[in-house]
Amino acid sequence: MSDSASKDSPEQAEFREYCRTWIEANRPPDPTVRLPLSALEIMTTEQLSYLQAWQKAAYDAGLVGCDYPAAVGGGGRKDCQRVANEEMLAARTPYFPNIIGLGMAAPTVFYHAQDELKERLLPRLFSGEDIWCQGFSEPGAGSDLASVQTFAERKGDKWVINGHKVWTSLAHFAEWMILLLRTDKSHKYDGLSYFVVPIRAALGKGVTVRPLIKITGETGFNEVIFDNLEVDDSYRLDELGKGWQVAMTTLLHERGAGELQTPRAGGLKSKGSHATTAYNLIDFARSAIRDGHPAAQDPLLRDRMMQQLICEAGLAQNQRRARVPALLDHPMRLQLQNKLLASEISQDTAALALEVAGASASLYLGDPNAPAGGQWNLAYMNSYGMTIAAGTSEVQRNILGERVLGLAKSK
Amino acid sequence: MAQPDNFGFGEEAALLKASARKFFSEKFPTSDLHALVAGDHRPERGSECLWNSKLWQEMVDLGWTMLAVPEAAGGVGMPAVAVAGLAEELGRAAFPCPLLGTINATYVLAACDSAQSALAEIAGGCSASLAITNQAGSWSPGDTDVVWADGKLSGTAWYVQDARKVDRLLVSASSTAGVGLYWVAADAPGITLVPDTILDLTRDQAHVSFDGVAAEEVSANGLAALAEAMPAVWTVLAADIVGAAEWQLQTTVEYVATRQQFDRPLGFFQAVKHPLVDVMLQIDQTKSLVYNAACAIDSEPERALQYAHMAKASASETAAYASGRSVQCHGGIGFTWECYVHLYFKRQKHSQMLWGDAAWHRARLADIVIGPLAPAGS
Repeated sequence: MSDSASKDSPEQAEFREYCRTWIEANRPPDPTVRLPLSALEIMTTEQLSYLQAWQKAAYDAGLVGCDYPAAVGGGGRKDCQRVANEEMLAARTPYFPNIIGLGMAAPTVFYHAQDELKERLLPRLFSGEDIWCQGFSEPGAGSDLASVQTFAERKGDKWVINGHKVWTSLAHFAEWMILLLRTDKSHKYDGLSYFVVPIRAALGKGVTVRPLIKITGETGFNEVIFDNLEVDDSYRLDELGKGWQVAMTTLLHERGAGELQTPRAGGLKSKGSHATTAYNLIDFARSAIRDGHPAAQDPLLRDRMMQQLICEAGLAQNQRRARVPALLDHPMRLQLQNKLLASEISQDTAALALEVAGASASLYLGDPNAPAGGQWNLAYMNSYGMTIAAGTSEVQRNILGERVLGLAKSK
Repeated sequence: MAQPDNFGFGEEAALLKASARKFFSEKFPTSDLHALVAGDHRPERGSECLWNSKLWQEMVDLGWTMLAVPEAAGGVGMPAVAVAGLAEELGRAAFPCPLLGTINATYVLAACDSAQSALAEIAGGCSASLAITNQAGSWSPGDTDVVWADGKLSGTAWYVQDARKVDRLLVSASSTAGVGLYWVAADAPGITLVPDTILDLTRDQAHVSFDGVAAEEVSANGLAALAEAMPAVWTVLAADIVGAAEWQLQTTVEYVATRQQFDRPLGFFQAVKHPLVDVMLQIDQTKSLVYNAACAIDSEPERALQYAHMAKASASETAAYASGRSVQCHGGIGFTWECYVHLYFKRQKHSQMLWGDAAWHRARLADIVIGPLAPAGS
């Protein structure tokens, strides 16, 4: 029995058993293509189709969207997504491709859209048939997100959108985009509104998606240009001028601190992908030879590997303690640390792996002698995506300092 | 065995922690601590043992010293997570007393074969401290300079915590049969207690010489008992560090929210704000690791050693970082004797090394996780 199973409610216990049996019988075959570290790096339609088929199967079986009401295509259960996630993680299933949809768009649409729109959008989001992307950052609006300039001008029942979004992961596969834009140029925060936009249908008709090449050489994210795109007013979420509040719902869930648990399958621990963890690093250090001895026998490197192991354990135990009110002095204190810690710890682990690698740290993807096929280099560079995206580590520290410690706002 | 999701931190533990916090904040504010231990600032003041034995007696009367004593020996038999909660509040108050020493002795005694009467004494209100460290300051349990021969203890135990406050000593000593553990009154004939002059104003420390002292053997297999009990000793001290670090964080946050420079509160500036956030991050990881280790002691003993190494390694880092930032972010006033932060700074520097610093615990953790280090030259 897993640690968490011991505290299940009757509904959770029954559901856990169901998940376990279903996964056992329906685990997808091993992919014939190499899968990237996460859904954000999906490059080919072969990768996408494989992962979409898996998400659809899991959704049809009731393992995705468990805690959403049945009316919007959910499972109508209580606190069961966590159970499904734990079982999928334990079984090391593949991850879900619709990561932006599940993690950010779904809770935002659920909390802020009209019923009719929810009922139309959420089932195909949960099933992965519609991939979603996020239009927040712009060339001139990064950490200072509220300064976005993409503008929607009213034209009867329609809005005409012009602007430029960047770092848009999955836009090249996406049917839909959640879009933060400006409807009033005279107020910074209160001039923002929030839309869902069917971008795939508008390709070549007001929407252009262009790939951006990442530091790793991979594609995966894009810039999206809006040139007089017309959208219906029914695609607006919440009231006009409430875009910033809606965006907070998105960001809260993106940082793992929202009410609704994001459906998550194998993630970084899934089969065939390379996990940036201290245990993997230690395994690597057993075989990496430095000065004629395994790196795992170097006292200085052992000490630093233990630092990483302890930080990872601390993060895991934080997540456990976050559910024990008697051991919390502030309700959001641990949740708001999650993204910052997870991204910085994995960055440090990857960096240490490259030190352990010594001369072979020079070898990259495609070199037959590269340790772990060059994955440590890839993980290290991609880790900067994690410490920059969704609010940089610096912005996270501002949020923690201001919202938890109560220090004066730095803006 | 599996750990319960909530660390086994139930209602009783929560109640104990809350009442301890109330007890210290009402009866022993930091101003009282400063008045009690910081009256004489002169570096040459020597070693003083300043404490409030009346409040300590209240703690004893509340049953806090017998929490960890098994019910069979007349104690309360509370789980380690509850004891950790109490230790966290003790650290937050930096209250000078032998609570940790008594708890430490309790855990070691509970792992001994014939310690029923010693445990009953603790249940009856006796305080105690471990005398198990040699002159070299080795933290490896069993490295002792004391010898047991013909029913008598001889030699010196070093780095004995709160030695002048306790009724009993639990001494490790080597004999022809190995390392044993011995229970003795702190003022027994033949014992000479030489106070050390220490940095920490909230503790006292001594080396204790034994000149043919009769004592009660509580275990002939002291190494096994110590091996079983040390995870609890490390975890409880780590909990104390967490509480003290939380005081350091809160006090420093209050100061930088008030103190104005360049027409702004200091906390506005990210060069001040971000390090304080980092202090919080460290405290929280340590705190989570402490309750994980305590829970392992209660319900997953096969992992207790590994988790306790993690907790104390993390705590020692937190003690150092929180202390450094608390003085630095207070600026000039933080460098003075009148500002309270030095009391916690010094307590934390002491706790940082006590029972093994971060590097010591990580080296042992590596031996468990990676496997032992091969001998040099192999």
